[in-house]
Amino acid sequence: MKLIRYLIIFLFLTNSLNISFAKDPSALINEIVDEAALVLSSEDPVESKIIKLNAIAERSVDINGIGMYTLGKYRKSIDTEQKSKYQKLFRSYFLKSFSSRLVDYTNPRINVVSQKKINDKYTIVNSVLEATSKRPQVKIDWRIYTKNPDRPLIRDLIVEGLSLARTQKEEFNSIIQNNDGDINALFKTLEEFLIK
Amino acid sequence: MNKLLSVLIILIISSLSNSAFAGDDGKIELNEKNNGYVEVKDCFEKVNRGIFTFNQVLDKIILKPLAKGYRMFPKPIRSGTSNALSNISNVVTIPNNILQAQFKDAGINSARLIINSTLGIAGIFDVASYYGLKKRDKEDYGQTLGVWGAGPGCYFVLPILGPTTVRDSIGSVANIIGGDAWYNVTVVNDTKYFSEADFYASKLLDGIDFRAKNLESFDSLEKNSVDLYASVRSLYLQDRYRKIRNIDKTTETLSDDEWEELDSQ
Repeated sequence: MKLIRYLIIFLFLTNSLNISFAKDPSALINEIVDEAALVLSSEDPVESKIIKLNAIAERSVDINGIGMYTLGKYRKSIDTEQKSKYQKLFRSYFLKSFSSRLVDYTNPRINVVSQKKINDKYTIVNSVLEATSKRPQVKIDWRIYTKNPDRPLIRDLIVEGLSLARTQKEEFNSIIQNNDGDINALFKTLEEFLIK
Repeated sequence: MNKLLSVLIILIISSLSNSAFAGDDGKIELNEKNNGYVEVKDCFEKVNRGIFTFNQVLDKIILKPLAKGYRMFPKPIRSGTSNALSNISNVVTIPNNILQAQFKDAGINSARLIINSTLGIAGIFDVASYYGLKKRDKEDYGQTLGVWGAGPGCYFVLPILGPTTVRDSIGSVANIIGGDAWYNVTVVNDTKYFSEADFYASKLLDGIDFRAKNLESFDSLEKNSVDLYASVRSLYLQDRYRKIRNIDKTTETLSDDEWEELDSQ
Protein backbone atom coordinates (compact mmCIF):
# COMPACT_ATOMS: atom_id res chain seq x y z
CA MET A 1 0.00 0.00 0.00
CA LYS A 2 2.81 2.32 0.98
CA LEU A 3 4.59 1.48 -2.26
CA ILE A 4 1.51 2.32 -4.33
CA ARG A 5 1.19 5.64 -2.51
CA TYR A 6 4.84 6.48 -3.25
CA LEU A 7 4.31 5.46 -6.85
CA ILE A 8 1.29 7.73 -7.19
CA ILE A 9 3.17 10.64 -5.60
CA PHE A 10 6.16 9.98 -7.86
CA LEU A 11 3.98 9.83 -10.98
CA PHE A 12 2.15 13.00 -9.97
CA LEU A 13 5.39 14.88 -9.33
CA THR A 14 7.12 13.81 -12.53
CA ASN A 15 4.01 14.62 -14.48
CA SER A 16 3.61 18.07 -12.97
CA LEU A 17 7.27 18.94 -13.45
CA ASN A 18 7.19 17.95 -17.08
CA ILE A 19 4.62 20.46 -18.26
CA SER A 20 5.76 21.25 -21.74
CA PHE A 21 4.40 22.75 -24.90
CA ALA A 22 3.56 21.17 -28.23
CA LYS A 23 6.20 19.46 -30.36
CA ASP A 24 5.17 21.03 -33.63
CA PRO A 25 6.63 24.57 -34.03
CA SER A 26 3.37 26.11 -35.27
CA ALA A 27 1.40 24.39 -32.53
CA LEU A 28 3.94 25.67 -29.99
CA ILE A 29 3.38 29.26 -31.10
CA ASN A 30 -0.39 28.83 -31.13
CA GLU A 31 -0.28 27.44 -27.61
CA ILE A 32 1.91 30.12 -26.09
CA VAL A 33 0.02 32.89 -27.87
CA ASP A 34 -3.27 31.57 -26.50
CA GLU A 35 -1.81 31.15 -23.04
CA ALA A 36 -0.28 34.64 -23.06
CA ALA A 37 -3.55 36.14 -24.37
CA LEU A 38 -5.41 34.55 -21.47
CA VAL A 39 -2.98 36.05 -18.99
CA LEU A 40 -3.02 39.48 -20.61
CA SER A 41 -6.79 39.72 -20.87
CA SER A 42 -7.33 38.59 -17.28
CA GLU A 43 -8.19 40.91 -14.42
CA ASP A 44 -5.06 39.84 -12.52
CA PRO A 45 -2.81 42.52 -11.04
CA VAL A 46 0.23 43.43 -13.18
CA GLU A 47 2.65 41.62 -10.83
CA SER A 48 0.70 38.39 -11.18
CA LYS A 49 0.57 38.77 -14.97
CA ILE A 50 4.35 39.24 -15.05
CA ILE A 51 4.93 36.06 -13.02
CA LYS A 52 2.69 34.05 -15.36
CA LEU A 53 4.25 35.51 -18.51
CA ASN A 54 7.72 34.73 -17.20
CA ALA A 55 6.67 31.14 -16.54
CA ILE A 56 5.58 30.84 -20.18
CA ALA A 57 8.90 32.28 -21.36
CA GLU A 58 10.94 29.95 -19.13
CA ARG A 59 9.25 26.95 -20.70
CA SER A 60 9.14 28.04 -24.33
CA VAL A 61 12.22 30.21 -24.93
CA ASP A 62 15.85 29.07 -25.13
CA ILE A 63 17.06 31.90 -22.89
CA ASN A 64 20.59 30.50 -22.49
CA GLY A 65 20.93 30.03 -26.25
CA ILE A 66 19.80 33.59 -26.97
CA GLY A 67 22.13 34.85 -24.24
CA MET A 68 25.14 33.20 -25.82
CA TYR A 69 24.15 34.41 -29.31
CA THR A 70 23.81 38.01 -28.12
CA LEU A 71 27.40 37.96 -26.81
CA GLY A 72 28.60 37.70 -30.42
CA LYS A 73 32.38 37.52 -30.83
CA TYR A 74 32.90 38.04 -27.08
CA ARG A 75 31.33 34.62 -26.47
CA LYS A 76 34.66 33.04 -27.29
CA SER A 77 36.78 35.17 -24.99
CA ILE A 78 34.98 34.90 -21.65
CA ASP A 79 35.99 32.42 -18.93
CA THR A 80 33.68 29.96 -17.16
CA GLU A 81 33.06 32.24 -14.19
CA GLN A 82 32.14 35.19 -16.43
CA LYS A 83 29.95 32.92 -18.53
CA SER A 84 28.03 31.75 -15.49
CA LYS A 85 27.60 35.31 -14.20
CA TYR A 86 26.48 36.47 -17.65
CA GLN A 87 23.90 33.71 -18.01
CA LYS A 88 22.34 34.56 -14.66
CA LEU A 89 22.24 38.27 -15.47
CA PHE A 90 20.94 37.69 -18.97
CA ARG A 91 18.13 35.45 -17.75
CA SER A 92 16.91 38.14 -15.35
CA TYR A 93 17.35 40.85 -17.99
CA PHE A 94 15.50 38.83 -20.60
CA LEU A 95 12.54 38.02 -18.37
CA LYS A 96 12.24 41.60 -17.16
CA SER A 97 12.26 43.09 -20.64
CA PHE A 98 10.08 40.29 -22.06
CA SER A 99 7.26 40.79 -19.58
CA SER A 100 7.63 44.56 -19.67
CA ARG A 101 7.18 44.55 -23.46
CA LEU A 102 4.12 42.31 -23.29
CA VAL A 103 2.29 43.55 -20.25
CA ASP A 104 1.10 46.73 -22.01
CA TYR A 105 -0.90 44.73 -24.53
CA THR A 106 -4.41 43.87 -23.35
CA ASN A 107 -5.45 41.32 -25.92
CA PRO A 108 -2.96 40.81 -28.74
CA ARG A 109 -4.36 38.64 -31.52
CA ILE A 110 -1.69 36.66 -33.31
CA ASN A 111 -2.50 34.23 -36.10
CA VAL A 112 -0.03 31.64 -37.33
CA VAL A 113 0.09 31.74 -41.14
CA SER A 114 2.70 29.19 -42.18
CA GLN A 115 5.98 27.55 -41.23
CA LYS A 116 9.16 26.66 -43.09
CA LYS A 117 11.80 24.20 -41.99
CA ILE A 118 15.28 25.67 -42.66
CA ASN A 119 17.23 22.61 -41.50
CA ASP A 120 17.05 19.98 -38.76
CA LYS A 121 17.80 22.61 -36.14
CA TYR A 122 15.60 25.50 -37.21
CA THR A 123 12.06 26.13 -38.36
CA ILE A 124 10.60 29.57 -39.00
CA VAL A 125 6.97 30.08 -38.04
CA ASN A 126 5.27 33.00 -39.79
CA SER A 127 2.48 34.85 -38.03
CA VAL A 128 0.66 38.18 -38.02
CA LEU A 129 -0.31 40.42 -35.16
CA GLU A 130 -3.73 41.72 -36.18
CA ALA A 131 -4.22 45.44 -36.76
CA THR A 132 -5.98 47.59 -34.18
CA SER A 133 -7.39 51.10 -34.50
CA LYS A 134 -4.04 52.39 -33.23
CA ARG A 135 -1.54 50.47 -35.35
CA PRO A 136 -1.40 48.54 -38.62
CA GLN A 137 -0.99 44.76 -38.93
CA VAL A 138 2.48 43.55 -37.89
CA LYS A 139 4.27 40.56 -39.41
CA ILE A 140 5.99 38.48 -36.73
CA ASP A 141 8.18 35.46 -37.48
CA TRP A 142 9.56 33.08 -34.87
CA ARG A 143 12.85 31.22 -35.14
CA ILE A 144 12.24 27.86 -33.47
CA TYR A 145 15.15 25.71 -32.37
CA THR A 146 14.20 22.11 -33.12
CA LYS A 147 17.41 20.21 -32.36
CA ASN A 148 15.46 18.33 -29.72
CA PRO A 149 12.26 17.64 -31.69
CA ASP A 150 10.45 16.72 -28.48
CA ARG A 151 11.06 20.16 -27.00
CA PRO A 152 11.11 22.96 -29.60
CA LEU A 153 12.22 26.32 -28.20
CA ILE A 154 11.97 29.91 -29.42
CA ARG A 155 15.30 31.54 -30.24
CA ASP A 156 14.34 34.74 -32.04
CA LEU A 157 11.44 37.00 -32.90
CA ILE A 158 11.54 38.79 -36.23
CA VAL A 159 9.22 41.77 -36.35
CA GLU A 160 8.64 43.05 -39.90
CA GLY A 161 11.92 41.47 -40.94
CA LEU A 162 13.91 42.92 -38.04
CA SER A 163 15.52 40.38 -35.75
CA LEU A 164 15.25 41.16 -32.05
CA ALA A 165 18.13 38.82 -31.22
CA ARG A 166 20.43 40.50 -33.73
CA THR A 167 19.44 43.93 -32.41
CA GLN A 168 20.17 42.75 -28.87
CA LYS A 169 23.52 41.32 -29.95
CA GLU A 170 24.55 44.59 -31.59
CA GLU A 171 23.44 46.54 -28.54
CA PHE A 172 25.49 44.38 -26.14
CA ASN A 173 28.49 44.37 -28.46
CA SER A 174 28.37 48.15 -28.68
CA ILE A 175 28.53 48.41 -24.87
CA ILE A 176 31.49 46.02 -24.62
CA GLN A 177 33.31 47.60 -27.57
CA ASN A 178 32.91 51.13 -26.19
CA ASN A 179 34.51 49.94 -22.95
CA ASP A 180 37.65 48.54 -24.55
CA GLY A 181 36.30 45.00 -24.76
CA ASP A 182 35.61 44.78 -21.02
CA ILE A 183 32.65 42.47 -20.44
CA ASN A 184 32.28 43.82 -16.88
CA ALA A 185 30.85 46.98 -18.45
CA LEU A 186 27.99 44.89 -19.84
CA PHE A 187 27.48 43.23 -16.45
CA LYS A 188 27.26 46.66 -14.83
CA THR A 189 24.76 47.91 -17.44
CA LEU A 190 22.57 44.83 -17.00
CA GLU A 191 22.69 45.14 -13.20
CA GLU A 192 21.65 48.79 -13.48
CA PHE A 193 18.77 47.84 -15.77
CA LEU A 194 17.60 45.20 -13.31
CA ILE A 195 17.41 47.56 -10.34
CA LYS A 196 15.69 50.27 -12.40
CA MET B 1 40.40 73.10 -54.87
CA ASN B 2 40.24 70.52 -57.67
CA LYS B 3 42.68 68.36 -55.76
CA LEU B 4 40.48 68.50 -52.68
CA LEU B 5 37.45 67.57 -54.77
CA SER B 6 39.31 64.61 -56.29
CA VAL B 7 40.33 63.38 -52.84
CA LEU B 8 36.71 63.67 -51.64
CA ILE B 9 35.39 61.76 -54.67
CA ILE B 10 38.00 59.01 -54.19
CA LEU B 11 37.08 58.76 -50.50
CA ILE B 12 33.36 58.50 -51.24
CA ILE B 13 33.80 55.96 -54.05
CA SER B 14 36.19 53.84 -52.02
CA SER B 15 33.93 53.91 -48.97
CA LEU B 16 31.07 52.66 -51.14
CA SER B 17 32.97 49.80 -52.70
CA ASN B 18 31.96 46.47 -51.24
CA SER B 19 35.09 44.59 -51.97
CA ALA B 20 37.83 46.73 -50.59
CA PHE B 21 37.68 46.68 -46.85
CA ALA B 22 37.98 43.82 -44.48
CA GLY B 23 39.53 43.96 -41.08
CA ASP B 24 39.69 46.29 -38.17
CA ASP B 25 40.88 49.42 -39.87
CA GLY B 26 38.48 49.32 -42.80
CA LYS B 27 35.31 51.31 -43.04
CA ILE B 28 33.22 48.30 -43.88
CA GLU B 29 33.61 44.76 -42.76
CA LEU B 30 32.04 42.29 -45.12
CA ASN B 31 30.85 39.43 -43.02
CA GLU B 32 30.41 36.69 -45.57
CA LYS B 33 29.57 34.13 -42.92
CA ASN B 34 26.28 35.89 -42.26
CA ASN B 35 24.88 35.40 -45.73
CA GLY B 36 26.62 38.51 -47.05
CA TYR B 37 25.29 40.71 -44.24
CA VAL B 38 27.49 43.78 -44.30
CA GLU B 39 28.59 45.15 -40.97
CA VAL B 40 28.73 48.90 -41.29
CA LYS B 41 31.35 51.00 -39.56
CA ASP B 42 30.07 53.80 -37.36
CA CYS B 43 32.85 56.21 -38.31
CA PHE B 44 31.92 59.19 -36.14
CA GLU B 45 30.18 57.46 -33.29
CA LYS B 46 30.77 60.12 -30.64
CA VAL B 47 29.40 62.89 -32.87
CA ASN B 48 26.57 60.62 -34.01
CA ARG B 49 25.58 59.88 -30.43
CA GLY B 50 25.45 63.64 -29.75
CA ILE B 51 23.20 64.27 -32.77
CA PHE B 52 21.06 61.27 -31.81
CA THR B 53 20.48 62.76 -28.35
CA PHE B 54 19.57 66.09 -29.98
CA ASN B 55 17.08 64.30 -32.26
CA GLN B 56 15.63 62.48 -29.26
CA VAL B 57 14.95 65.82 -27.58
CA LEU B 58 13.28 67.13 -30.75
CA ASP B 59 11.22 63.97 -30.92
CA LYS B 60 10.07 64.36 -27.34
CA ILE B 61 9.08 67.99 -27.60
CA ILE B 62 7.78 68.14 -31.19
CA LEU B 63 7.28 64.93 -33.14
CA LYS B 64 5.89 62.65 -30.44
CA PRO B 65 3.24 65.15 -29.22
CA LEU B 66 2.25 65.80 -32.85
CA ALA B 67 2.00 62.05 -33.48
CA LYS B 68 -0.14 61.61 -30.36
CA GLY B 69 -2.43 64.41 -31.55
CA TYR B 70 -2.60 62.88 -35.02
CA ARG B 71 -3.65 59.57 -33.45
CA MET B 72 -6.76 61.28 -32.10
CA PHE B 73 -8.14 61.83 -35.59
CA PRO B 74 -10.64 59.18 -36.75
CA LYS B 75 -9.10 56.20 -38.53
CA PRO B 76 -10.53 57.07 -42.00
CA ILE B 77 -8.75 60.43 -41.89
CA ARG B 78 -5.44 58.81 -40.90
CA SER B 79 -5.81 56.10 -43.53
CA GLY B 80 -6.63 58.69 -46.21
CA THR B 81 -3.58 60.76 -45.27
CA SER B 82 -1.37 57.69 -45.27
CA ASN B 83 -2.72 56.61 -48.66
CA ALA B 84 -2.20 60.05 -50.19
CA LEU B 85 1.42 60.20 -48.93
CA SER B 86 2.08 56.69 -50.17
CA ASN B 87 0.64 57.68 -53.56
CA ILE B 88 3.02 60.65 -53.83
CA SER B 89 5.98 58.39 -52.99
CA ASN B 90 5.29 56.43 -56.19
CA VAL B 91 6.97 59.19 -58.19
CA VAL B 92 10.27 58.15 -56.59
CA THR B 93 9.50 54.43 -56.47
CA ILE B 94 8.67 54.10 -60.19
CA PRO B 95 12.01 55.41 -61.58
CA ASN B 96 13.80 53.24 -59.03
CA ASN B 97 11.77 50.18 -60.08
CA ILE B 98 13.02 50.82 -63.61
CA LEU B 99 16.63 51.41 -62.49
CA GLN B 100 16.48 48.10 -60.60
CA ALA B 101 14.96 46.32 -63.62
CA GLN B 102 11.70 45.67 -61.74
CA PHE B 103 9.61 46.40 -64.82
CA LYS B 104 6.49 44.60 -63.65
CA ASP B 105 6.50 46.58 -60.39
CA ALA B 106 7.11 49.79 -62.36
CA GLY B 107 4.02 49.05 -64.46
CA ILE B 108 1.85 48.22 -61.45
CA ASN B 109 3.01 51.28 -59.51
CA SER B 110 2.38 53.53 -62.53
CA ALA B 111 -1.13 52.15 -62.90
CA ARG B 112 -1.69 52.60 -59.16
CA LEU B 113 -0.46 56.21 -59.34
CA ILE B 114 -2.79 57.06 -62.23
CA ILE B 115 -5.86 55.29 -60.81
CA ASN B 116 -5.42 56.51 -57.23
CA SER B 117 -4.59 60.10 -58.24
CA THR B 118 -7.78 60.33 -60.31
CA LEU B 119 -10.46 57.88 -59.15
CA GLY B 120 -8.94 57.76 -55.69
CA ILE B 121 -9.10 61.58 -55.36
CA ALA B 122 -5.44 62.61 -55.00
CA GLY B 123 -4.59 59.20 -53.58
CA ILE B 124 -6.85 59.45 -50.53
CA PHE B 125 -8.61 56.22 -51.48
CA ASP B 126 -6.69 53.16 -52.59
CA VAL B 127 -9.01 52.30 -55.47
CA ALA B 128 -6.22 50.47 -57.31
CA SER B 129 -6.11 47.74 -54.64
CA TYR B 130 -9.81 47.18 -55.27
CA TYR B 131 -8.91 46.43 -58.90
CA GLY B 132 -6.31 43.90 -57.82
CA LEU B 133 -3.28 46.19 -58.10
CA LYS B 134 -1.86 45.56 -54.65
CA LYS B 135 0.53 47.98 -52.96
CA ARG B 136 4.22 47.30 -53.59
CA ASP B 137 7.26 48.10 -51.44
CA LYS B 138 8.69 51.60 -51.70
CA GLU B 139 12.02 52.02 -53.48
CA ASP B 140 14.52 54.89 -53.34
CA TYR B 141 17.83 55.89 -54.91
CA GLY B 142 19.83 54.62 -51.93
CA GLN B 143 18.30 51.19 -52.46
CA THR B 144 19.04 51.36 -56.17
CA LEU B 145 22.71 52.16 -55.47
CA GLY B 146 22.74 49.16 -53.12
CA VAL B 147 21.19 46.89 -55.75
CA TRP B 148 23.87 48.09 -58.20
CA GLY B 149 26.52 46.88 -55.77
CA ALA B 150 27.47 50.01 -53.85
CA GLY B 151 28.32 49.30 -50.21
CA PRO B 152 26.73 51.42 -47.49
CA GLY B 153 29.85 53.36 -46.48
CA CYS B 154 29.91 54.86 -43.02
CA TYR B 155 26.83 55.00 -40.85
CA PHE B 156 25.97 58.40 -39.47
CA VAL B 157 23.11 60.39 -37.94
CA LEU B 158 21.80 63.61 -39.45
CA PRO B 159 20.17 66.33 -37.36
CA ILE B 160 16.36 66.07 -37.67
CA LEU B 161 16.53 63.52 -40.52
CA GLY B 162 18.02 60.72 -38.38
CA PRO B 163 20.05 57.61 -39.27
CA THR B 164 21.60 57.17 -42.70
CA THR B 165 24.70 55.92 -44.49
CA VAL B 166 26.95 57.55 -47.08
CA ARG B 167 25.16 55.59 -49.82
CA ASP B 168 21.67 56.49 -48.60
CA SER B 169 22.61 60.17 -48.30
CA ILE B 170 23.85 60.19 -51.90
CA GLY B 171 20.55 58.56 -52.81
CA SER B 172 18.69 61.37 -51.06
CA VAL B 173 20.72 63.96 -52.99
CA ALA B 174 19.41 62.34 -56.21
CA ASN B 175 15.91 63.38 -55.11
CA ILE B 176 16.80 67.07 -55.10
CA ILE B 177 18.71 67.06 -58.36
CA GLY B 178 15.76 65.95 -60.43
CA GLY B 179 14.98 62.43 -59.22
CA ASP B 180 11.81 63.30 -57.33
CA ALA B 181 8.97 64.62 -59.50
CA TRP B 182 7.05 65.81 -56.43
CA TYR B 183 10.06 67.92 -55.35
CA ASN B 184 10.37 69.23 -58.92
CA VAL B 185 6.79 70.45 -59.17
CA THR B 186 6.68 71.94 -55.70
CA VAL B 187 10.12 73.34 -54.93
CA VAL B 188 12.07 73.57 -58.20
CA ASN B 189 9.39 74.70 -60.66
CA ASP B 190 7.18 77.62 -59.89
CA THR B 191 3.76 76.20 -60.76
CA LYS B 192 0.48 77.80 -59.89
CA TYR B 193 -0.88 74.55 -58.48
CA PHE B 194 1.74 73.73 -55.88
CA SER B 195 4.08 75.66 -53.65
CA GLU B 196 7.25 74.82 -51.72
CA ALA B 197 5.15 74.58 -48.56
CA ASP B 198 3.27 71.60 -50.03
CA PHE B 199 6.50 69.62 -50.27
CA TYR B 200 7.63 70.35 -46.73
CA ALA B 201 4.12 69.79 -45.35
CA SER B 202 4.00 66.38 -47.05
CA LYS B 203 7.39 65.43 -45.57
CA LEU B 204 6.35 66.56 -42.10
CA LEU B 205 3.07 64.65 -42.37
CA ASP B 206 4.96 61.59 -43.55
CA GLY B 207 7.13 61.77 -40.41
CA ILE B 208 4.13 62.26 -38.13
CA ASP B 209 2.24 59.40 -39.79
CA PHE B 210 5.20 57.04 -39.36
CA ARG B 211 5.73 58.11 -35.75
CA ALA B 212 2.03 57.69 -34.95
CA LYS B 213 2.04 54.15 -36.31
CA ASN B 214 5.00 53.29 -34.11
CA LEU B 215 4.27 55.11 -30.85
CA GLU B 216 4.08 51.96 -28.70
CA SER B 217 7.01 50.19 -30.37
CA PHE B 218 9.25 53.24 -29.86
CA ASP B 219 8.20 53.53 -26.23
CA SER B 220 8.89 49.84 -25.66
CA LEU B 221 12.27 50.08 -27.37
CA GLU B 222 13.20 53.09 -25.28
CA LYS B 223 12.08 51.43 -22.07
CA ASN B 224 13.87 48.14 -22.64
CA SER B 225 17.09 49.19 -24.34
CA VAL B 226 20.36 49.27 -22.50
CA ASP B 227 21.91 51.25 -25.37
CA LEU B 228 19.14 52.90 -27.39
CA TYR B 229 21.55 54.44 -29.90
CA ALA B 230 22.98 51.00 -30.78
CA SER B 231 19.49 49.49 -31.05
CA VAL B 232 18.28 52.15 -33.47
CA ARG B 233 21.47 51.79 -35.53
CA SER B 234 20.98 48.03 -35.72
CA LEU B 235 17.31 48.32 -36.68
CA TYR B 236 18.03 50.93 -39.36
CA LEU B 237 20.81 48.88 -40.94
CA GLN B 238 18.81 45.64 -40.83
CA ASP B 239 15.88 47.40 -42.47
CA ARG B 240 18.02 48.88 -45.25
CA TYR B 241 19.73 45.53 -45.86
CA ARG B 242 16.35 43.82 -46.20
CA LYS B 243 15.00 46.48 -48.54
CA ILE B 244 18.07 46.51 -50.76
CA ARG B 245 18.03 42.76 -51.12
CA ASN B 246 14.27 43.02 -51.72
CA ILE B 247 13.90 40.20 -49.26
CA ASP B 248 10.40 39.13 -48.55
CA LYS B 249 11.03 35.75 -47.11
CA THR B 250 12.13 35.75 -43.51
CA THR B 251 14.22 32.64 -43.93
CA GLU B 252 16.53 34.54 -46.26
CA THR B 253 16.70 37.56 -43.97
CA LEU B 254 17.65 35.40 -41.09
CA SER B 255 20.31 33.24 -42.52
CA ASP B 256 22.85 33.75 -39.79
CA ASP B 257 25.68 31.32 -39.19
CA GLU B 258 26.17 32.51 -35.63
CA TRP B 259 23.09 30.52 -34.68
CA GLU B 260 24.67 27.44 -36.23
CA GLU B 261 27.95 28.09 -34.39
CA LEU B 262 26.25 28.09 -31.00
CA ASP B 263 25.78 24.32 -30.95
CA SER B 264 29.35 23.54 -31.83
CA GLN B 265 30.70 25.35 -28.78
